[in-house]
Amino acid sequence: MRVSPKITQALAVILLGAATLLTVVVLVLIIAFVLKRGVPEISWEFLSTKPREMGKAGGILPTILGTVLLPLLAIAIALPMGVGTAVYLTEYTRENRITKIIRFGTDCLAGIPSIIFGLFGYIFFVTMLGMGWSMLSGGLTLAIMILPTIIRTSEEAIRSVPQAYREVSCSLAATNWETVYKVVLPNALPGIMTGVMLGIGRSIGETAAVIFTAGSSLMMPNSLNDSVRTMSVHFYLLAREGISTEKAYATAAVLVFAVLLVNLIAYWMMNRFIAKRSR
Amino acid sequence: MEPKVKISVQNLSVFFGRHQALRNLTLNVPANRILGIIGPASSGKTTFLRTLNRMNELDPDNRVEGRILMDGLDIYHPSQSAVQLRKRVGMVFALPMPLPMSIYDNVTYGPRLCGIRNRAALDEIVERTLTAAFLWDEVKDRLNLLALRLSGGQQQRLCLARTLAMEPEVVLLDEPCSGLDPISTARIEDALSVLKERYTIILVTNNTKQASRVADETAFFLMGELIEMGETARIFTVPKDQRTSDYVTGRFG
Repeated sequence: MRVSPKITQALAVILLGAATLLTVVVLVLIIAFVLKRGVPEISWEFLSTKPREMGKAGGILPTILGTVLLPLLAIAIALPMGVGTAVYLTEYTRENRITKIIRFGTDCLAGIPSIIFGLFGYIFFVTMLGMGWSMLSGGLTLAIMILPTIIRTSEEAIRSVPQAYREVSCSLAATNWETVYKVVLPNALPGIMTGVMLGIGRSIGETAAVIFTAGSSLMMPNSLNDSVRTMSVHFYLLAREGISTEKAYATAAVLVFAVLLVNLIAYWMMNRFIAKRSR
Repeated sequence: MEPKVKISVQNLSVFFGRHQALRNLTLNVPANRILGIIGPASSGKTTFLRTLNRMNELDPDNRVEGRILMDGLDIYHPSQSAVQLRKRVGMVFALPMPLPMSIYDNVTYGPRLCGIRNRAALDEIVERTLTAAFLWDEVKDRLNLLALRLSGGQQQRLCLARTLAMEPEVVLLDEPCSGLDPISTARIEDALSVLKERYTIILVTNNTKQASRVADETAFFLMGELIEMGETARIFTVPKDQRTSDYVTGRFG
């Protein structure tokens, strides 16, 4: 028996619509839940002072700083390495066994649970290299963790730049590097930025790898060698140790706002960049 | 009087992997003239052009035999740099291919790579080359416009201006009018007729009428071989080879 196209069409609309609706509802519920419990606790004092009694009282200023600095450090390390790798793989080598191995390696790296990165960071950076629990150890560990994402998104972005642009640039006596720098990278930038945003998102939300490498100090960090605590870690510790549920949710609410802010800024920057290039 | 020879091609064969694209070509490209190259699809016309500015080297399977002398110097000699060669031999592609930047930045792309930073000098290059490409009057008030916003014909003239901005000695045009309407085509042809006083021009075209209109000399390629080359008028009226005759009279191709 054949189902009439009208019915399949109606069914498709209902099912797909329901899937979309469910996604949105879950998202809204989570955010609403966090904000409802967290927002009443947020005050200027909460944002601008140091925690007291392990976080039971006072604010979260050092963890806000940690949440900003650690992902920034990770991106600062991972971006040049990741984009460099992507450029090398796409523009400077032919597809061969070695590039396949590198690509396979990065894909494997992307699937490894973050706690393994944390363990590696602890053994290698914290202990072996003697960096201790520090922003530097944490930043390097997070950088390694997000590197595969940045490499793969950059690679895709670079590959999607039309080959004709490279030919034109080459015919105008540009060297390979000049073509990459002046034509390929600017046109791949939106895609690369997507990778950066994903990387920042993962870094902000990370707890396991951060506790192992950056530690969980509640002091204000003065240098790269100081331990820091991010908001995610703070939330995790407050909740797990049963220190203060109210402060935990307030921290979570600030975290939600922070992620929202990062995305808005990235979105705005991207639009500005695209608008500037398409006058 | 015999015209001066700009490029001398001797026993040129070009391969891509096992495929041979050009077979034992020998010809002289006269200076300050327009050499038209005609022939059916996949007869090696584009490969020949891309051999002259070493663009085929972008394909790692490419191999070249024979010699190409420009002003008496072998352009494939190991001491010669492909990048330096491309400053002397400019190219306009079949499809208008502006880079996704402004008109101004498109024209100044090459000169900037050569180290010209002075704004006044760049302004002068932009006006001079766009004028030479018969485009200046249409775009002079909107040089900051994204080049992709221009019409196809304007884009192709922009590409011509961009190539001229390199101050090349030789300009290669690979079917530059294949995607253009007759009026745009006429504009480009007008530009070429003026430009040959300063440049050596090689024009690959699928359109035999175009060759007969603008080329001083015409070469007929067929399946990777040069069948015949000579004064355009002679090629189109009394060709020596039967295949040339069949092609120019439209019996095949």
